Amino acid sequence: MVGEETSDEERAELRETLGLMDPIHVQFSRFIVNASKGEFGISYQLRRPVSELIVERLPATIELVVISALIALITGTLLGVYTGINRKGFLSDFVLAISLLGVSLPTFVIGILFIYLFAVILGILPSFGRGEVIDLGFWTTGFLSASGLKAIILPSVTLSLFQMTYIIRLVRAEMMEILQTDYIKFARARGISENSIKYKHALKNGLIPVITIAGINIGTLIAFSIITETVFQWPGMGFLFIQAVQFVDIPIMSAYLVFIAFVFVMINFIVDILYYLIDPRIRVKGDTASG
Amino acid sequence: MTFLKINNLSVDYQMRKEIVYAAKNVSIEVNKGEILGLVGESGSGKSTVGNAIINLIDEPGKVSSGSVILGDLNIYENPESIVKYRGNKIGLIFQDPQTSLNPILTVGEQLIETIQTHLKLSKEQAKNKSINLLREVGIKDAEARFDNYPHQFSGGMRQRVVISLALCCEPELLIADEPTTALDVSIQSQILELIKKLTKERNLAVILITHDMGVIAETADRVAVMKSGNLVEIGETKKILTNPHENYTKSLVSSVPPTNKKISRFVIVEKENNNNKENNIKILNRWSKKEIVKQDLVEVKNLNKSFDDNFFTENSKNSVMAVNDVSFEIKEGESFGLVGESGSGKSTIAKMIVNLFKPTSGDIFFDKVCITKIKQRSELMKFRKQIQMIFQDPYSSLNGRLKVKDIIAEPIILHNPSISSIDLNNYIYDLLESVELTQKSADRYPHEFSGGQRQRISIARALATQPRLLVCDEPTSALDVSIQAQILNLLKDLQEQLNLTILFISHDLPVVRQMCDRIGVLKDGKLCEVSNSEDLFLKPIHEYTKELLRLMPKIESIYN
Repeated sequence: MVGEETSDEERAELRETLGLMDPIHVQFSRFIVNASKGEFGISYQLRRPVSELIVERLPATIELVVISALIALITGTLLGVYTGINRKGFLSDFVLAISLLGVSLPTFVIGILFIYLFAVILGILPSFGRGEVIDLGFWTTGFLSASGLKAIILPSVTLSLFQMTYIIRLVRAEMMEILQTDYIKFARARGISENSIKYKHALKNGLIPVITIAGINIGTLIAFSIITETVFQWPGMGFLFIQAVQFVDIPIMSAYLVFIAFVFVMINFIVDILYYLIDPRIRVKGDTASG
Repeated sequence: MTFLKINNLSVDYQMRKEIVYAAKNVSIEVNKGEILGLVGESGSGKSTVGNAIINLIDEPGKVSSGSVILGDLNIYENPESIVKYRGNKIGLIFQDPQTSLNPILTVGEQLIETIQTHLKLSKEQAKNKSINLLREVGIKDAEARFDNYPHQFSGGMRQRVVISLALCCEPELLIADEPTTALDVSIQSQILELIKKLTKERNLAVILITHDMGVIAETADRVAVMKSGNLVEIGETKKILTNPHENYTKSLVSSVPPTNKKISRFVIVEKENNNNKENNIKILNRWSKKEIVKQDLVEVKNLNKSFDDNFFTENSKNSVMAVNDVSFEIKEGESFGLVGESGSGKSTIAKMIVNLFKPTSGDIFFDKVCITKIKQRSELMKFRKQIQMIFQDPYSSLNGRLKVKDIIAEPIILHNPSISSIDLNNYIYDLLESVELTQKSADRYPHEFSGGQRQRISIARALATQPRLLVCDEPTSALDVSIQAQILNLLKDLQEQLNLTILFISHDLPVVRQMCDRIGVLKDGKLCEVSNSEDLFLKPIHEYTKELLRLMPKIESIYN
C-alpha cells in the first residue's frame, strides 16, 4: 500500500489506522465483529472496500458456475443414462474412455488445450476475458452480447468437464444397479414398456443420489473456478483471489473464504430441502407404516 | 382341462468354459382353478422355470429349447412377443414385497400405469378399477391408500398391493415366486388364503414356487419337485408328500421338521453318517466339561430395552419398547427356545445376553453373577468366553478376508494369548472335525463354502472358547431344509456331548419344537408364556400361542 518514498512516520501512521499495531487477539476479535456485519476492510492492493470488490466480481463467477453446472448436469445425466442402459457398444466405451480423461487430466491442462485448439488453431473462440458485458445496475451480464456468450463457452466447458465425468459415472452406476432391482423386474413382469421402465421407473430413482452429489459439487465448482478463471483471465472472484494471494492481500482472502463457506452451507441446505421434496420416504418419516 | 402346458423347457447359462443348465427338459401342465406347487432347494431351478414362462431370464441365461402353450396360444412361437403377454395373460409375484415396488411412485400410479399398458381405459376408469382391486385383495380404506407410497404399507399389506398389481389386467395364469417367504406366519397364512380365494373366484391357474413344504401341504393341489434343474417328480400333493417315489423327494420330506411330534434326530436319507460321535471325542478331551448341576445358568429379570428415535430429545412418544419386562431362566444343560414374529424383540434379548446391547433396565444373571452391572473389562471377558453366539446369516457373519483357521483362531488367542502355534493348529483341526469339516478347510476362505458349511464354521468359532452357553439367533433360517436338518442334528449332538446350554431363537415353530426343552413365546417385546415345549404345542395357554400354532403351515395337514 505504500511506495518506495514513504517516510517512516507515514508508514507508522498507516499501520495505526489499519490497526496492525494492536495485539493479535484484539485484531482477531475486531475481524470477527466486522465480518459478522459484512465488513471485511480495505484491500491492501486495490485500496477499495473488499465487499465492493466481491460484489463487482460476483456476477462473472456466478454466471460461469451456473453455466458449467448446467452443462455438467445435463450432459452428465444424458450420457450416464445412455452408458448405463447400453452397457456394451462403441459409443458407451468411447464415452467412458473420454470420461476417464476428464477425471484424470487437471483443469488447467484441459483449459490450455482448449485455448490452443479453439483460439489459436481454429480461431473461433476468444481465449480470455468475458467479452462485452452489459451493466444492469446491480449485475453485469455477458449473456446479452454475442461476444459475451462466445467468451463463456471455453471456460464453462473446461470447468464442467470434471464434474460431468463424475456425474456420468455416478448415473451409470446407479442406472445399472437399479435396472437389476426387483421392482424393475416386477415392472417388466407386468408388461410395462421398456421406455417407461428405463426413463420413468429407473431414472427417477437413479437421480436421487445425483442430486446430493451435484449439490455438493456446485460448491466445488466455485472453488475450482479459481484455476479456470486464472487460465482464461476470467474477471471473477477466483481470479481476484489468486491475485490477492500473490499480493498477501489478507482482507480479500478472508472475505473470499468466508463467502465460499457460506455458499457451501447454503447449497447443502437447499439440497436437503430438495431431497425432502423428491424422496417420499423422507417426506413422511413421522407417518409410519400402518394397515 | 389343461390350461398351461410347458414342454421340454430348458434354460442354460453360457459360461466362459461350459454351459450350465438351470433347467433341463422340464415339462409341466397346470389346469385352470388349480394351484401347482413347485418345490426344491436353492439352485434347483424352480424360480428359473417360473421366470422362463414369460422369458424373464437374466443375462447370460436364455431359454434354449421348449415350448409354452397357454390355452390355445403358443406363446413361445415368437419369443419377442412374449412381452405382450406379461401382466396381461400372465401375472407374476415375487418373494420380497419390500423390494418389488418402486419406492418413489405411489401405489396408484403403478397400478394405473400397468392397467393402461394393457387395457384401453381412461385414467378415471383405471383408477376405479384399481381401487376395486385394492379392496378385493383386502386393503381397507382403498381410496385413501391409493395415493400412498409403498413404504407406508406394512409387509403383508405391501404383498397385497403386489398381488393386486399382478392381477390388475386379469391374467389367467399367476406365477407366485416364494410369495410368503419374507413374511411372518400370521401374515403368510392371510396371503395364502387370499391366493387360494382368488384362484377359485377368478378360475386362475397358479404356479406356487416355494421351498416350504408346509405351505405346499396346505395350499397346493399338485406338486412338482425339482432338483438341480431337473423335474424329479410331479403328482398329487398328498401322494408326493406321503408316499414319494424318488429318493430325493423322500429325503426332502424327511428333513422337514414335523410339527406334530418331537423326533430325536432328523433322518438324512442321502448321506448317513454315524461317525461324528468318534470325531467329537477329540474336542471332548480338551473340554473342561462341567458336571451338570440342575440349576439356573442364566436368569433374566425384568429386562427392558427401548430404542429412542432421537438421541437428544428423550421423547417418550418416539421410543420403542423392544423388550418389555421380560423375565425367564435357563437351566444348565437345557435348550431354551424363544419364538416370536419379526419385531417381537427376540434378537434384542439375545444381544443383551451376549452383552452387545445394554439393557435400559433389568438384570441378567449368568452363573449367579449379574453381568449387566460389570464395569471392568477383564471381568467381562471371563463371561464373554463362556457365552458365544451363532448368527443368522452365514454370509455376513464371517470375515471374508480371513482364512477359516484365522477366523477360528481369533477367539482362542484372545482368551489364551500364550497358546503355542502347534497346539493352536491342532485345536483348530479338532474343532473343524467336530463340526464335520475336513482339515483342509482351514486354509480356505469363507466364500469357498456353501451356506451350510459356513454355518458349521460359525459353530466351530463359537465353540473355540469352550462356552457354557451358546446363543443361536435363527441359525438355520437362511438354509435349505436338508442342510437345516444336518445343522440341527449337529447342534443336538454337540449339546449332548459337551453339556452345552443353548438359547435357541427362531420364528420357525416346528424347528423350535425339535430343538428345545422349554420355550418362551414373545410378542411385541412381552413374554406371553413359558412352558415345556411339548406342553406348549399340545396345551397352549396364551391366546397368541394358540393363534401361532393354528396358523403355522403343517405338512401333516395333508394326512387329514
